[in-house]
Amino acid sequence: MVERSPILTTICHLLLIGGIVLVCMPLYFAFIAGSLTMEQVQQVPMPWLPGGHFIENLATAWSKVDFGQLLVNSFIVAIGITVGKVAISLLSAFAITYFRFRFRILAFWLIFMSLMLPVEVRIVPTYEAVANAALPIQWLIDLLNLQGLWEWISGDRIEISLEWNMLNTYQGLILPLIASASATFLFRQFFLTVPDELLEAARLDGASAMRFFWTILLPLSRSNIIALSIILFLYGWNQYLWPLLFTTDKDMATAVIGVKHLIPRSDTEPAWNVAMSGALLAMLPPVVVVLVMQRWFVRGLVDSSK
Amino acid sequence: MVATTLEPGLKHAHFRTAGLPAMLLLPQLLILLLFFFIPSIRALMQAFLLADPFGATVHFVWFDNFTALFASESYRNSIWVTIWFTLAQNVVTIVVALVLAFATDRVVRFQSAYKGVILLPYAIAPVIAGVIWAFLFNPAVGPIAFCIKSFGIAWDPNLNGWDAMLLVVLAASWKHICYDYIFLVAGLLAVPKSLMEAAAVDGAGPVKRFFQIALPLLGPTLFFLTTMNFVYGFFETFAIIDAVTRGGPAGATNILVYKVYQDGFINLDLGSSAAQSVLLMTFALLLTLLQFKYVERKVNYSI
Repeated sequence: MVERSPILTTICHLLLIGGIVLVCMPLYFAFIAGSLTMEQVQQVPMPWLPGGHFIENLATAWSKVDFGQLLVNSFIVAIGITVGKVAISLLSAFAITYFRFRFRILAFWLIFMSLMLPVEVRIVPTYEAVANAALPIQWLIDLLNLQGLWEWISGDRIEISLEWNMLNTYQGLILPLIASASATFLFRQFFLTVPDELLEAARLDGASAMRFFWTILLPLSRSNIIALSIILFLYGWNQYLWPLLFTTDKDMATAVIGVKHLIPRSDTEPAWNVAMSGALLAMLPPVVVVLVMQRWFVRGLVDSSK
Repeated sequence: MVATTLEPGLKHAHFRTAGLPAMLLLPQLLILLLFFFIPSIRALMQAFLLADPFGATVHFVWFDNFTALFASESYRNSIWVTIWFTLAQNVVTIVVALVLAFATDRVVRFQSAYKGVILLPYAIAPVIAGVIWAFLFNPAVGPIAFCIKSFGIAWDPNLNGWDAMLLVVLAASWKHICYDYIFLVAGLLAVPKSLMEAAAVDGAGPVKRFFQIALPLLGPTLFFLTTMNFVYGFFETFAIIDAVTRGGPAGATNILVYKVYQDGFINLDLGSSAAQSVLLMTFALLLTLLQFKYVERKVNYSI
């Protein structure tokens, strides 16, 4: 700070307290509503202090949408997205920075193109891709007219129809969300800053490419991996549109989707207390991650948008 | 083995095997092919096709889907809604984040506690933020709706389009302020102390210094955040809309990405939905290009 200005400092504290109230007020009301009975929550005005029914409401929410299963699904999907994306990104970043091969620039641009074209803009075609991942092979067969060729050669008529349906599966929830190159670029930028001497030394010692990757590059990337993993975990846990479309089976939905099913609509009973307790439960894991790993989280956030 | 001629983005010390990098790239490229390139190309193709609802006959219709879109009242409405929504969200988010970042930069005590709490909404799923705000402003039970009504102001986001718009803008901004905030705090920290001190010696007060020195230096960051806010407003607020208003009342909050979903999955008008996807993709690409321009600028002006 350049000069002391007690008045301005006080104003700043007040502004920040205002910011905290802004952040916490909705959460506080959610907590109060989650701890009331359905009659209390409909009182006007609503009580400003929590009641004693939070656990009860949570139990109702738990049994209403089978939260146990949904939380397990959310963990599997979030961790699957995190591990999958970090793994394929590390490998491809290694390939495009440490190897010289003919199609390197092409590979680089193919990955580059996928950057920043959000999944949301190709909702319908991606849904088709997940509903039948074998579709491209089918087109190839149709395009080359393999069926006709076979008929011509052997005289038999066959019908080839391939199907690989990924709806209501974990891979269907995970794979489309891994299909973007942001993490690859983060690792690429980092690999470019790693001193060349490390590889030269490793080579003198007779290390192979993969050995260099495992014993030198991977340990060096540790902090980048942790920071990015937090962001990806939050991203995976908080996904909404994909799980909503891909999971017609209620047991395959995620916790966030479960909350959506708890929202009272005009034709249902106004069980806002149950909805709020469910909402607080579903936001708990990512909130804990952010609070406990704040330093890493901030770093991951700033890094991953570079 | 060590080559001297250098391709861009290639390490000076590198390998020259051909098979291994192909293997390393395979998983990434395979996933991109299945879930990025093929769907994108499919969307492009569908945008120029017209299928009957049962998918029995498909015609190539050139730009008919696009002309039909721009002729339709609901699509033009959706464009305006999106513009208002993203602009309002952008302004609210940036202004609040700037004020909070300025204050954070000035205080010493409790700084990390303030930061920790203000960052919290980042962890909360948009749909959950939406559910909570929908509750707060619910005309029948919401505590804030009660406060508004006690001032004698009519409030019903289920019937009044402007109320609904205000509500989704607030919910979307609440969720996104933390993002802009953390970048602005980092940006303010990078403003050279010497500049600030020199200005203080010349008699500029803290607020004047903020507007005349810090803010211009934050220009690239603000530009970056504005594009990111547009990306957020255009694409990631889907869940908030779906939880709070479902695009209603009467299309008053039906932003473009929500309309793609509605036309594609609820009305099953694939051609129109694909044409909308293509338009959104074009827009996303424009934002990306802007982004890269910014990256270039950041390098030139780095301090």
